[in-house]
Amino acid sequence: MSGQGGSGIPFPAGWREVPMGAVAYKPSTLLHTGSWRLGLKPVVDEEKCTGCGMCHLYCPDGAIRLVDGKARVDYTYCKGCGICAEECPSDAISMVEE
Amino acid sequence: MVVEQKVIGMTGDEAIAYAVKQVEPHVVAAYPITPQTIIVERFSEYVADGEVRTEFVPVESEHSALSACVGAAATGARAFTATASQGLALMWEILYVASGLRLPIVMAIVNRALSAPINIHCDHSDTMGARDSGWIQLYCENSQEAYDTTIQAWRIAEHPDVRLPVMVNIDGFVLSHTLEDVRVLPDEVVKKFVGEPSVPKVRIEVPADGGGTKVVEVDYKLDPWAPYPLTMGAFAMYDSYFEYKRQQEEAMKAALRVVEEVGREYGELTGRYYGLIHTHQIEDADVVVVGLGSAMGTASVAVDELRREGHKVGLLRIRCFRPFPAEKIREALRGVKAVAIMDRAMSFGGPGGPVYTEIAAALYTERERPLLVNYIYGLGGRDISVADFKKVLLETLEVAEKGEVVEHMRYVGLRG
Repeated sequence: MSGQGGSGIPFPAGWREVPMGAVAYKPSTLLHTGSWRLGLKPVVDEEKCTGCGMCHLYCPDGAIRLVDGKARVDYTYCKGCGICAEECPSDAISMVEE
Repeated sequence: MVVEQKVIGMTGDEAIAYAVKQVEPHVVAAYPITPQTIIVERFSEYVADGEVRTEFVPVESEHSALSACVGAAATGARAFTATASQGLALMWEILYVASGLRLPIVMAIVNRALSAPINIHCDHSDTMGARDSGWIQLYCENSQEAYDTTIQAWRIAEHPDVRLPVMVNIDGFVLSHTLEDVRVLPDEVVKKFVGEPSVPKVRIEVPADGGGTKVVEVDYKLDPWAPYPLTMGAFAMYDSYFEYKRQQEEAMKAALRVVEEVGREYGELTGRYYGLIHTHQIEDADVVVVGLGSAMGTASVAVDELRREGHKVGLLRIRCFRPFPAEKIREALRGVKAVAIMDRAMSFGGPGGPVYTEIAAALYTERERPLLVNYIYGLGGRDISVADFKKVLLETLEVAEKGEVVEHMRYVGLRG
């Protein structure tokens, strides 16, 4: 996770550099939780996907939404938990090795 | 130049309320609890009478009282609360939030025993338990000091190198409900001494126009209308939590210096000087009694009486327990043969009371160390007299003569 966001304050910073009072010193949009995945990512089979939206409802990170009636995973934030694959009633999502 | 001061008869609680009135913080959120009640009761009268413009927030619990102060202080407002015993216990998780967010809240604690059994009288179990919560802890000997310390607390808390919450401690009933002559400064002198609350700056990284990011310096306060609003105390994992905690330790170290600086400046104004510790007759002492709070006033009478009888005894009172003035204490106790350490709290199952273990740790690095005896006293408000202190000092003189401690932990006034 180090160095995310490019320029500016390094992340993680040294104890003299972190801002006082546990202030969040990077915009959270720069902290890409997708890097937390441990080797598996959900992949949608658009042929099988009915666009029911169950995966969107279940995703704890809001990392799946429907685009043109099909599930689409945002890998920048998907932590690879696999709940979507487990819950999909059409077996349209499978966890595959990255 | 010392300012002319009038004398008012006040209890310890009233003295603190009076000082808070003169500082006039933006927010006071509080919940009543004996023996602290009078502080917020008096203060609510000042609010009702229009003597202060403070927003007074009566809340449903101490947890809420400190939470409201955290919210207020996070916006840059000056916040005050007061509590005791179970109230402090209920605040526990917010204590760490206040110090972790580096909010300069001032809180008066009227020290009282913890349940069970329920007891409303003085001991130091409540705040000694909170000694690692990241708050500065100042213990007062009398109501004058309670008044003086409450004013100084804001300057210490808000100092840019410190930015930590401060507990001003007074002994329940012994000080809180006992009338004393208190010298008070004129309102405008207090206002000038504490000044306007300072707003520190922090550096954060923000999205830049046209993509990428830039680093900006912004006010450390919650302000939804700020060009770059802050998030305080958000999730910090194993990759950054440690660094924030290390910063808190640095702030505590700075407080050792700032407590003395502020005490000196206040002394020039009032003629009453305060530091990290207070000593009495220790220069050539063979035996020194160490402790904190109101009982040390009693101890000083015992020291004087024994001095008249030819015993080389002295006294060291710890005013600032957090940060712990280890170096000052080492210096003060150099050459002393035996030390009686007074604890008004137990550390159940520990090697001694909290004051004892810290002094022992501070002295460990010394080449020549005095013998230490730990005296537990005054739990649940049990009185300690001049005669008790004389006995403590005479026993410790005996330890010094024999050159060994047989019984490390002793109890004052406990029925056998």
